[in-house]
This record gives sequence, structure tokens and C-alpha cells, in this order.
Amino acid sequence: MKAEKVFRGTLSGTSYIVMILIGGIFLTLLIGAWPSIVAFKLPFLFTTVWDPVKENFGAATFIVGTLLTSFMALLISIPFSLSIALLLGEYYRSGIFSRIIRTFVDLLASVPSVVYGLWGIAVLIPAVRLIERQLHVVPYGVGMFTAAVILAIMILPYSASIAIEVIKLVPDDLRSAGFAIGATRREMIFNVVFPYARSGILAGFLLSLGRALGETMAVTLVIGNVIQLPKTIFSPGNTLASVIASQFTEANGSLHLAAMIELALVLFIITTIINGISHQVIIRLGGEVHA
Amino acid sequence: MSGELAAPRAMFNPGSGRRRAGNALFRGVIIALGLLAILPFFVVIYHIIVKGAAAISWAFLTQLPKPVGETGGGMVNSIVGTLLLILLSVVLSVPFGVMTGVFISENKRTRLSSATRLLINVLQSVPSIVVGIVMYTWIVVPVRSFSALAGGIALALMMLPIVVKSTEEVLNLVPAGLKEGALALGVPYHTTILRMILPASLGGILSGVMLAVARVAGETAPLLFTAFGNPYLNANILKPVDAIPLMIYNYAKSPYASWLQMAWGASLVLIIIIFLMNIAVRSRRDTI
Repeated sequence: MKAEKVFRGTLSGTSYIVMILIGGIFLTLLIGAWPSIVAFKLPFLFTTVWDPVKENFGAATFIVGTLLTSFMALLISIPFSLSIALLLGEYYRSGIFSRIIRTFVDLLASVPSVVYGLWGIAVLIPAVRLIERQLHVVPYGVGMFTAAVILAIMILPYSASIAIEVIKLVPDDLRSAGFAIGATRREMIFNVVFPYARSGILAGFLLSLGRALGETMAVTLVIGNVIQLPKTIFSPGNTLASVIASQFTEANGSLHLAAMIELALVLFIITTIINGISHQVIIRLGGEVHA
Repeated sequence: MSGELAAPRAMFNPGSGRRRAGNALFRGVIIALGLLAILPFFVVIYHIIVKGAAAISWAFLTQLPKPVGETGGGMVNSIVGTLLLILLSVVLSVPFGVMTGVFISENKRTRLSSATRLLINVLQSVPSIVVGIVMYTWIVVPVRSFSALAGGIALALMMLPIVVKSTEEVLNLVPAGLKEGALALGVPYHTTILRMILPASLGGILSGVMLAVARVAGETAPLLFTAFGNPYLNANILKPVDAIPLMIYNYAKSPYASWLQMAWGASLVLIIIIFLMNIAVRSRRDTI
């Protein structure tokens, strides 16, 4: 019986190690950021100054950059993601066509971030430059908009695959009832499927937003890495993740390093909250939806 | 669920012409947008294949990089580095991840297992760049050197949630009767799990591990401040190593056309590795 006790103990021990890991990550960031937290307190989040020479730091530029790119990406991806979801969850639930599309959506998710970044440099930046010339804005090519387009492509598979599953979870009885009272499929989708699947679809969008907020490499390569508040959606700038990736190893001075780690702490807290909400919604939907 | 629920045939549909037209138009828009959504995949793959194939040669795969100014040079250091990092991360994350997966699958509704499930989700949502900073603080600062070990631990942390979740899912598919039968025969609990349940779900667990490897093989952000990169061959886990995604990042930033071409070549190599793993997992799933 002793071996059995040891075995059960080892299994539940893994839980405590996971707790220590998460607690350790949070504490490490908190301790690392502490000098900066003490020096700048709450205004750190609202000031746009980032001056390594005078050792004066604020996160607002990067928070604005992160939120702007991520929400733009979400907006761009929503129509495409919903279309994929309706295509595979409603119109073509099985069969060869649906399997092919599904495979490509999954492969889209498996392309590494840095490869999207390289593609962005070679293909997307020149394309955005053309658009900017047409619109008579300064044709940087790099910037918020370019980052948002890349992010939209990258997060699409996450929101789409959850939306596919929640749309499939809508009971066929309800669909039949919709058709029985004479609705066309479009009317049935808007009056039966969407209301029923709404919370799950929203959770999927929230999850993909969380991905966009923390995405680093592709954004770093196409956003321009300029530390200034974006004036338009085409302005070059920086996100929390991209400024860490491009400047962390160059941080000199303990306060500069601490401010960098505080940016990471801010990013960690934002993504944990966004993902926490979406996971709770998904858990409530039952065990058949996998995030 | 087999097939989609068919809408009533048009002849029985009392809808007016306008409603029917709206329905057809909507369907057309959905199909068009859906196909447009996967178009970027083909565009990206097209560029990688065309530009990458021009860079790849036997020398490219087997030589070390050349210093700035010299033409040629290869990526063997990053291929070896990526293999070393993946080996380290698998060794570090798989045994622990499988045990955690067994625990939360065996204890479905206890407070401890719900908390663990929640924390695994939290761990999965930690941005990769943040994992990099944490590992820099935990390993690189005390050891006073960038190292393959730090990079391997960072990747292990990213793999862990995928391994735990896939293990849990696979174990949930094992028929309860199998376990009950063993326990009824008086087989101890640990023998039941280790000798019956785990072997029965080995294939599924391996699929999960391969999926996790495919996911982290392309990770760059956690390696920036840990594995760091190294232009020489290195198998010492306490010294920095290069990795294919790191190499792509460093060459992609550079202004030289020849380096950009090497970034494309490395991207093609990386994409081939990742797609092969994904397709292998996919075909396994279809046969189960």
C-alpha cells in the first residue's frame, strides 16, 4: 500500500508545482519591476515619456500601441472568422470540402510568428506603402496598420476554431424549428444560431484578442519600433511585447531594466485577465469545446 | 454528427423572392469571405517556397554561417541548436506534464484539480516574451551566461499546458470499465495507471507531444534572452545555442539581401519540419 500512497502523493504534488510555477512567474516579475513601481507608482501607466538617459519611464505609449494594434486586428479578423465558422459549422459540417478548409485553417495557426514577420517585411510592408501613397499619408510601410493586418491573419484560426465548435453545438431541434416556421437559412442563422452561440463566439474573440496582445515577433518586425504615441493608424510605433523584444538586452541601468520588467508585468496581467474571462465562458459551455 | 441539417427545399419554402435572394446572397458572401480568409496561407507559403528554395542547398544545410561580407554560409548551427532545445524541453516537460494530466483526469471535481486546470490555462496565456524574461531572471542571471538550458526550460514551460491538456483529453477517452476491471481484480492503483491506462493511451499522448513540439519549434520570443544565438556549433547546455527561428529573426532584421535570402531558406526548413509534424498528428488522429 505504501507504493500506492507515494504514487497518489506524486500525482497531487504536480498540482502544487504548477502553483509554485505560476506564483514564481508573478513574483519574479513583481520583484524585478519593484524599483520602477516604487519610482513611478501609478502614473507609470499614464505617462508617455520613455527617457533612458534621464531615467524617466512611462508605459502609456506601449499600452496604446498594444491596444490599438490588437483591437484593429480583432476588427479585421471578425468577418473572416465568422465566415469560416458558418462555413464549417453550419453550411458544410462534414465532407471533403470542410476537411480541406479545416486543414488550411489549422496550418495557418502553425506558421511561426517570426515567419509571418519575415513575410510582412518582404510582402506586406511594400503593399501597405502603396496603400499609403494612395491615401496621401507618409508611406512608412511599417506601423500600427501593418502590424494589425499580420495579427489579424495570425489570430483568425483561434477565434474561428472555437466559433465552429459552438455553432455545431446549437441543437438541430432548434434549427428544425426555425425552418419549420418558414425561415430561410440566413434568417435561421441570425435568429437561432447566433443568439444561441453568442457567448461562445464572443469568448473565442476574446481568446484571440489575448493572443494578439501578447504576440511579439511578427509585430516587432513590422511595427517600426519607434517610441512615440501613434497619431494615426498608419503611424510607426511599439507595443509592450515589441519594445521588450527589441530593447531588453540593451537596457542599461537598473531602473531601465526594472521599467522593462514592469512592462512585462503589465502585459502579463492584461493577458491573464482577458484569457481568464474567455476560459470561464468556454468552461461553462461544457466539455466539448477546446480552447 | 453526420452532415448538416438540410434546409427545406425551395419549392416548399414559402419565402418571397426577395427573402430567397437574400439567403442566396448571404451564402455567397460567407463562402467568398471564408475562402478569402485562407488566402493568406497560400500567399505566405508561396513566398516561402519560391524565395526559400533559391537559398537551400546542401552547403546551406551543413555549413556554419560566414562572417559579414563573405558570401555563402549555412545554418547547421541553428538546426543542431533547435534539436538540442527541443530535446531539452521534451525531457523537462513531458514526464511532468503527463503526470499532471493524469492527476486532473483522475480527480475530476476536486478543488485541487480544478485549481490546477485553471492555472494550466493561465500558464498557456502567459505571453512568450514574458516567459523569456522570467527565464532570463531564473537561469541566465544566476549562471551568468545565456544557455541552451535556459532556452530549453523556457520552451518546456510553453509546451507544458499543451502536454497536460492533450493527456487529460486522451485519458478521458479510455473506457472506465478498463480501470474498474483492473481495480476489481485487486490490481493496485499505481499499477493500473502505469501498466494499463497509460499504455492504452500512449498513441494519443504521443500525438499531443508532437503537436506541442510543432508549436514550440517556431518560438522565437522565449529564446531571445535565454538561448540567445551562437554562430558556432555547440552541444554544451550551459552555453548559448542558435535556433532556426532565432536565425530567421536576426537575418530578417538585417539590411543585406543575402542575409534576407538565408532567412527565407531557414523559414522553408522550419515550415517543412512543422508541417510534417502537424500532418503526422492529423493522419494518426484519422486512423484512431
